[in-house]
Amino acid sequence: MIRLPGLMGVLSGTVDAPDIDDTTSFWRWDFAWEVLPEMLRSFFQVTLVVTVVGTLIAAVLGLIIAILIRVLPKPLAWLVTWSANFIRMTPIVVQLLVVFYGFVWMEPMAIALLVYGVHYSTYMSEVYRAGIDAVPTGQWEATTALSLSAVRTWQRVIIPQALRSTVPSLGNYAISMFKDTPFLIAISVMEMVTTALEIGGFTYRYIETITIAGVIFLVASYGTAVLVNRLERRLAYAY
Amino acid sequence: MPTPTDAKPAMPVIEFRDVEKQFDTKTVLKELNFTIERGERVTLIGPSGSGKTTILRLVMTLEGLTDGYIYIDGAPLVYEQRDGKRVPVSKRQQKLLTTRIGMVFQQFNLFPNMTVLENIIEAPIHVLGINKRDAIDRAHQLLEKVGLPDKTDAHPTALSGGQQQRVAIARALAMDPEILLLDEVTSALDPEVVVDVLQVLRDVAATTDVTMLIVTHEMSFARDVSHRVMMLDGGKIIESADPETIFTNPAKERTKKFLAAVLRDA
Ligand SMILES: Nc1ncnc2c1ncn2[C@@H]1O[C@H](COP(=O)(O)OP(=O)(O)OP(=O)(O)O)[C@@H](O)[C@H]1O
Ligand SMILES: [Mg+2]
Repeated sequence: MIRLPGLMGVLSGTVDAPDIDDTTSFWRWDFAWEVLPEMLRSFFQVTLVVTVVGTLIAAVLGLIIAILIRVLPKPLAWLVTWSANFIRMTPIVVQLLVVFYGFVWMEPMAIALLVYGVHYSTYMSEVYRAGIDAVPTGQWEATTALSLSAVRTWQRVIIPQALRSTVPSLGNYAISMFKDTPFLIAISVMEMVTTALEIGGFTYRYIETITIAGVIFLVASYGTAVLVNRLERRLAYAY
Repeated sequence: MPTPTDAKPAMPVIEFRDVEKQFDTKTVLKELNFTIERGERVTLIGPSGSGKTTILRLVMTLEGLTDGYIYIDGAPLVYEQRDGKRVPVSKRQQKLLTTRIGMVFQQFNLFPNMTVLENIIEAPIHVLGINKRDAIDRAHQLLEKVGLPDKTDAHPTALSGGQQQRVAIARALAMDPEILLLDEVTSALDPEVVVDVLQVLRDVAATTDVTMLIVTHEMSFARDVSHRVMMLDGGKIIESADPETIFTNPAKERTKKFLAAVLRDA
């Protein structure tokens, strides 16, 4: 087994690749077995972290954006709307590169969390906006009739009702984000696919690592979908 | 301009002065003037589109006021006259006044994400600053009063329309309003539960001195609980008198016709 320096030295800084010399077999189980820990490591340390933290940032920031657009005075709301539109309508790879080269002092992993979180917050804000719009006018009027404060109105009446219908869409965006993580190759963060390519670069074997990455993506996406579905049903019964 | 604290008892609790309301270019209310005294129960009647709901919504600040003034206990609610100019009142002042006004809607508008109890105690705790235990005690009393003592922990969606409306009445009463606005509160209900809801309101009328501004098609209810009935037509009050007079011997032909049509349909 040889130790290889990682591309950017992100996280562990190295990739473990087996010393194997076989370019004819289509699939080698022993090789697959040997690279599995390294693939899983990149999944848990990079892909999963970016997805989970990115989703949390996107979910919170998206809600803040949706509320700001509703409560800010017109020109400011317009500014927020168009900033969000701009971010949503440009590719995430471009945003990764802009931050990567524009803020060279930033850790690539920090850039990853920031860019994925902010990019997806602009999608999630649209979901929240639809959820907020779906709250019947009568609910707002009842809060006025009871003289509830704006904060209390949002916190106790509007947001809880708006969130109910948003869970499936937010779940889908979390899965999209997850599937977008291979773009991290652009800033050389060692997520799963980058790791697979890196291993391939030294062993000339790609099928096993790429397949493993695919299977991990499938299992995790499916698992998330099931979880979201269950959460959705739980919320449907909540009231 | 008098402030809420130096309002004299003789001051009308609601006053409309030269009120005008337009939606886009359509004028719904024009040069509307009336007063309602403390403790008075007034029913607004009139054909569909005559502006009854609009009047209630103006009092609840659910609609903007195109022109004129509305006073609550003598204090301006939306606009005030200052140095001969018509200027909006502060949000704070408005909030102070609207806190004394409660409204029950045709569609109940209970918060579906809260239990019945939570619906009732939310505003008393967070607007009036009543402590939670007292708010809960009061909520139980009110639920008793509206005939739903065992529904505290139910969610509104689990209740029938009549039950939801009774909870909505309890929720409005929990704020101890000086003024209660009722906009066709039985119109969305099945005929067999209308009686229950009206009974609750009759009871409120008999046991409290809350000022009520009522819009209803239930003429026998209007006749029983109102001190005064105002007939509205084309955005103007064309007649205002005690229910006995309005229902048996109205001065205006228009009122007579309207009542004949309504009572025939009933
Ligand atoms: N938001 C609105 N936008 C435009 N026009 C409106 C709006 N609300 C009310 N109107 C119009 O104002 C007029 C008065 O409406 P309002 O609801 O006050 O009548 P109403 O007396 O309560 O009638 P009903 O007995 O049918 O409830 C109607 O012509 C109505 O179409
Ligand atoms: Mg109406």
